[in-house]
Amino acid sequence: MSTWIPLWLHKLGSPPTFYRFAGAVRPWAMGLALLFGVIGLYGGLVLAPPDYQQGDAYRIIFIHVPSAWMSMFIYAAMGVAAFVALVWRMKLAEVVAMESAPIGAAFTFVTLVTGSLWGKPMWGTWWTWDARLTSELVLLFLYLGVIGLYHAFEDRRQGARAASFLAIIGVINVPIVHYSVTWWNTLHQGSTVDIFGHSKMPWDMLWPLLLMTLATKAYYAASLCHRARTDLLALEGGKDWVRQIAEAEAGR
Amino acid sequence: MSSLQHFFAMGGYAGYVWPAYAVFFAVLIADNVAPRLRRRRILRELRGRLARQAARVRRPPSSSVTP
Amino acid sequence: MPVLYAVIVAVLFPFALGPDLALLQRIAGGVVLVTVLLAILLALDAMFASDIEDGSLEQLVLAPQPLALMLGMKVLAHWLTTALPLIVIAPLLAGMLHLPTAAMPALLLALLLATPLLSLLGAVLVALTAGTRRSGMLLALMLLPLCVPVVIFAAGAVAAAQQGLPWLAPIAWLAAALILTVVLAPLACATALRIALDS
Repeated sequence: MSTWIPLWLHKLGSPPTFYRFAGAVRPWAMGLALLFGVIGLYGGLVLAPPDYQQGDAYRIIFIHVPSAWMSMFIYAAMGVAAFVALVWRMKLAEVVAMESAPIGAAFTFVTLVTGSLWGKPMWGTWWTWDARLTSELVLLFLYLGVIGLYHAFEDRRQGARAASFLAIIGVINVPIVHYSVTWWNTLHQGSTVDIFGHSKMPWDMLWPLLLMTLATKAYYAASLCHRARTDLLALEGGKDWVRQIAEAEAGR
Repeated sequence: MSSLQHFFAMGGYAGYVWPAYAVFFAVLIADNVAPRLRRRRILRELRGRLARQAARVRRPPSSSVTP
Repeated sequence: MPVLYAVIVAVLFPFALGPDLALLQRIAGGVVLVTVLLAILLALDAMFASDIEDGSLEQLVLAPQPLALMLGMKVLAHWLTTALPLIVIAPLLAGMLHLPTAAMPALLLALLLATPLLSLLGAVLVALTAGTRRSGMLLALMLLPLCVPVVIFAAGAVAAAQQGLPWLAPIAWLAAALILTVVLAPLACATALRIALDS
């Protein structure tokens, strides 16, 4: 076993330890998410002035852009966890990778829908095949593929390994897709739309956006802790520590 | 209040802005609820399994093989 | 039979869209490409199916010869029997859709490079699902993100040729991708197979 891993990190690899750790982290992460979210949305919806070009419609940006960033961030995190899961066969890495997928898919879905709702008043169309939207759609398919492959196996650990492999292939594929879609758009002279006419965003709009970015990251951490804890209960069903939890919650 | 109405109107874009926010919150709430339901189901099934195992120990199964 | 399927699909397009020459000409290259892709997708499942059933795939994994090499040969055999006939009838399909003859060489070259790419990438995915209760939908879902770049560049080459523009660049990209994939995909396929068959 590698000696460069600190003991506390090594201990975290044990399911009951991680279960307790995630249980402690989750309320804090959720609290931060709610705090940043409320302040960020207040700043974005109430305090920030309307955009001179887009009026109040631009306020979708405060959920659209953080969701887009999360969809990509989670994909990268899933890729890293998948890599660890495959190379070191760590059960916990498998859990993190597989439970990140639905959260990432959720953010990708939100990105597409909010983007569509933003696009209709701005570009006059619900959908356009520009590079960003198209890449985001492909990203959704990547997530769905990972989720689908994971659930196609009866042995969940084997399914997690197969889906992790697919996730890594997908990570390599994402920049390729983005590049080819960008090229495809130039080929077909698609309209390149600038979300904001001016290159710099005024601070009044920027700080709520940054806060929402932090809020969604904190939410991801909270949701991941929640989902990982649930998944560990399912995986470790035969073990004593799970049995104790089941019996302790018999009243509910 | 006029300013509240003004806020909800979103400069005429209310039909786009509020559904967008609704989808955002709906998806995140669903993401929050789904693991809860799963957890409850897992623990419920586990308790059932444990109860059946305990019952089997208390009542050893009689042979059901008819010659 | 993939060829029959491709013919049926390609023939359906004029019925769906009308016989207008200009319209068919515009979509001919894309339609042939997508039709060939779908036909290959249908046939992908069969790559390992019979071997899984009679257990010879596991024998292959246990054999002393390098698994990647043997899987590469399997993919080649699959491509020869599935994709090559499709490429042979592609000019016929393109002709039915009124693809200008000037674009035909580009189409053939694009197909020649794109179909092995699809076979190789598809093989990795089929290997991943080996032994699961597979649904064609899942395979298609997994394959879509991988074949988007292939389709874009292949169709881009045909479209450029159709407009009289230089079309060598996307072909070169396809060729480069193919070379990379020929080297890497069999290795990935071997790893995928080991993951899927191992327990």
